[in-house]
Amino acid sequence: MKIMKKLLSAAIASALIATTAQAAISDNEIRIGYLADMSGTYRDLAGPNGLVALQMAVEDVGGQVNGANIRVVSADDRNSPDVASSTVRQWVENDGVDMVAGLVASSVTIAATRILEQSNRLGIVSGSAASSITNEHCTPNHIHYVYDTYPLANGTAQAVVQEGGDSWFILTADYAFGHALEGDVEKVVTANGGTIVQKVRHPFPTGDFSSFILQAQSSGAKVVALANAGSDTTNAITTAGEFGLTQSGQTLAALLLFLTDVHALGVQAAQGIQLTTGWYWDMDDDARAWSDRFMQRTGVRPTMVHAGIYSSTVHYLNAVKEAGTDEAQAVRQQMMNTPINDMFAKGGYIREDGRMVHDMYLAQVKTPAESKDEWDLYKIVRTIPGDEAYRPLSESQCKLVNN
Amino acid sequence: MSMIFGVPIAVLSGQLLLGLINGAFYALLSLGLAVIFGLLKIINFAHGAFYMLGALCTVVLFNTLGVNYWVALILAPLIVGVLGVLIEFFLLRKIANEDHIYSLLLTFGLALVIQGVLTNIYGVSGLRYPIPEVFRGGVNLGFMFLPYYRAWVIVAALVVCIGTWFMIEKTKLGSYLRAGTENSQLMQAFGINVPLLVSLTYGFGVMLAAFAGVLAAPIYSVTPVMGANILIIVFAVVVIGGMGSILGAVITGLAMGIIEGLTKVFYPEASSTVIFLVMVLVLLVRPSGLFGKEA
Repeated sequence: MKIMKKLLSAAIASALIATTAQAAISDNEIRIGYLADMSGTYRDLAGPNGLVALQMAVEDVGGQVNGANIRVVSADDRNSPDVASSTVRQWVENDGVDMVAGLVASSVTIAATRILEQSNRLGIVSGSAASSITNEHCTPNHIHYVYDTYPLANGTAQAVVQEGGDSWFILTADYAFGHALEGDVEKVVTANGGTIVQKVRHPFPTGDFSSFILQAQSSGAKVVALANAGSDTTNAITTAGEFGLTQSGQTLAALLLFLTDVHALGVQAAQGIQLTTGWYWDMDDDARAWSDRFMQRTGVRPTMVHAGIYSSTVHYLNAVKEAGTDEAQAVRQQMMNTPINDMFAKGGYIREDGRMVHDMYLAQVKTPAESKDEWDLYKIVRTIPGDEAYRPLSESQCKLVNN
Repeated sequence: MSMIFGVPIAVLSGQLLLGLINGAFYALLSLGLAVIFGLLKIINFAHGAFYMLGALCTVVLFNTLGVNYWVALILAPLIVGVLGVLIEFFLLRKIANEDHIYSLLLTFGLALVIQGVLTNIYGVSGLRYPIPEVFRGGVNLGFMFLPYYRAWVIVAALVVCIGTWFMIEKTKLGSYLRAGTENSQLMQAFGINVPLLVSLTYGFGVMLAAFAGVLAAPIYSVTPVMGANILIIVFAVVVIGGMGSILGAVITGLAMGIIEGLTKVFYPEASSTVIFLVMVLVLLVRPSGLFGKEA
């Protein structure tokens, strides 16, 4: 009888231990879903190589946290909010996914984070640009990591206005990201004494930009700003060159350019363009060392989004380790408590609205003479301190911020 | 300056000209579709992929072998055309007697496969192809700056369109083609190799798409997905013009380019949908298309 009692209590005790371990990390496995455009216009800036960056992070943490394995699943969102919603819903409800990474097109991110909020899972947004993601669309369930339209406007637009470009024609991609960027640019331009002459919204994606470039030329504005991304931007830049836009004295300002875009344009076509970036592979030793590893795996240099996916995933997994759980709120709090010092950011921190604040950089595309190889593309002109770059919390409309 | 609806006439004439140039691309692409559908009754959903292959071929030939633009203008459509003939011979022929939906699904699947494989190799950021030396720069028309290359596009496209129409409607070869599709057994009894004729027709339609691709290479970023974006528009053009009507495809292509161009001035947000709006209206009023024969 005594032995029976001992056995029973031992059994109960071990069952208890097992359940507490399960409560700590759900399913005793950390499941990360990588959702990104894997085949469309934003494929190269995040896409399959972003998944490689994510896997590098998982490997560098050792493949497991507190004895729980890390499993990665991935899906193509095809830049469609509908596809994103149904994928995330399935991941959360059927597959027990704890964290969704990647998240590129802003419309996709807004749709996905709504579901993450309903089901209390975590999203780490590395690809999207719209500053509304941590403003009117903020949730307690996501973090916006790499950059947003506010510093893009702040960095590039401010620099251009200060150089005398005081009248603007804005060509905007007609969806969430474009609207956010257009709004942020408008604010910066008028605050610095410039005027907006005309705004035109083009469908996403657009194949032929000649009509819009012609409208820009006849607008008489000094600056033609491109509030779009990916192939829309590179197509517009090529067409502007073909129609002699800059020769006739207008300045072209691309507000969002990724390394892969500049690489595709080539330094000959892109030289001299100013842009704002959250990270550049050749900016310091840590960045270079990580980029070399990335290049060995992928054959290309990483964009700021690739670097952000790696950095944020390592930060997330470390937070799970410290917090001893993968419950979204506990992990998010732990991520907020820990400053970020790695190959991506120095002294970065996450605010209550979910914005990761870190230094941004005003860069200029090198000339063919300056560029040593095909990826030697930027020189950093100015560092914009994080607190200056991002929208101050005092202006925030986020429901998590007390204003 | 005189204005129309708040837009200066000078700006408007520029937009009309640009619309015509874009229309030339639509015309060239819808012409190929119309030839293939009109003569072979194949709904060729791989047409966009062949357009893309033409452009990609031009860039790759230039980057690897230094093949210049003029050679590529002949060589790229030939290479892609041969691929088209092979696809007709090994795949489409097997389902020639089935319902149209089979050829639609087969070509659609092929397009996805081609596009997917090439996306893995080349990515989507786009490859660059320099504008040929003779066409660098442009001329100031007073109301707009017209790059020489765009002027060349419209000339080349129109010459090919008119030549194709002439060949099919006015020559002996064209009459064989049309007869062969009407009654292939009778034609074969006359000693004409109808299966060969079918293969060549498909190859020719594909060559037209690839030719448009070569024309596009210097001015658009060349990516494996470039064909998918334009294909649906071109199908709408063919439906508006009347499935299978060759002249209809050309005229509608140019007209849709202009309508789209004007929309980009007056209400740019709708410029990607206006063609489909026209399609709906045309289908309501004339279900067989503007130039189609009433069934």
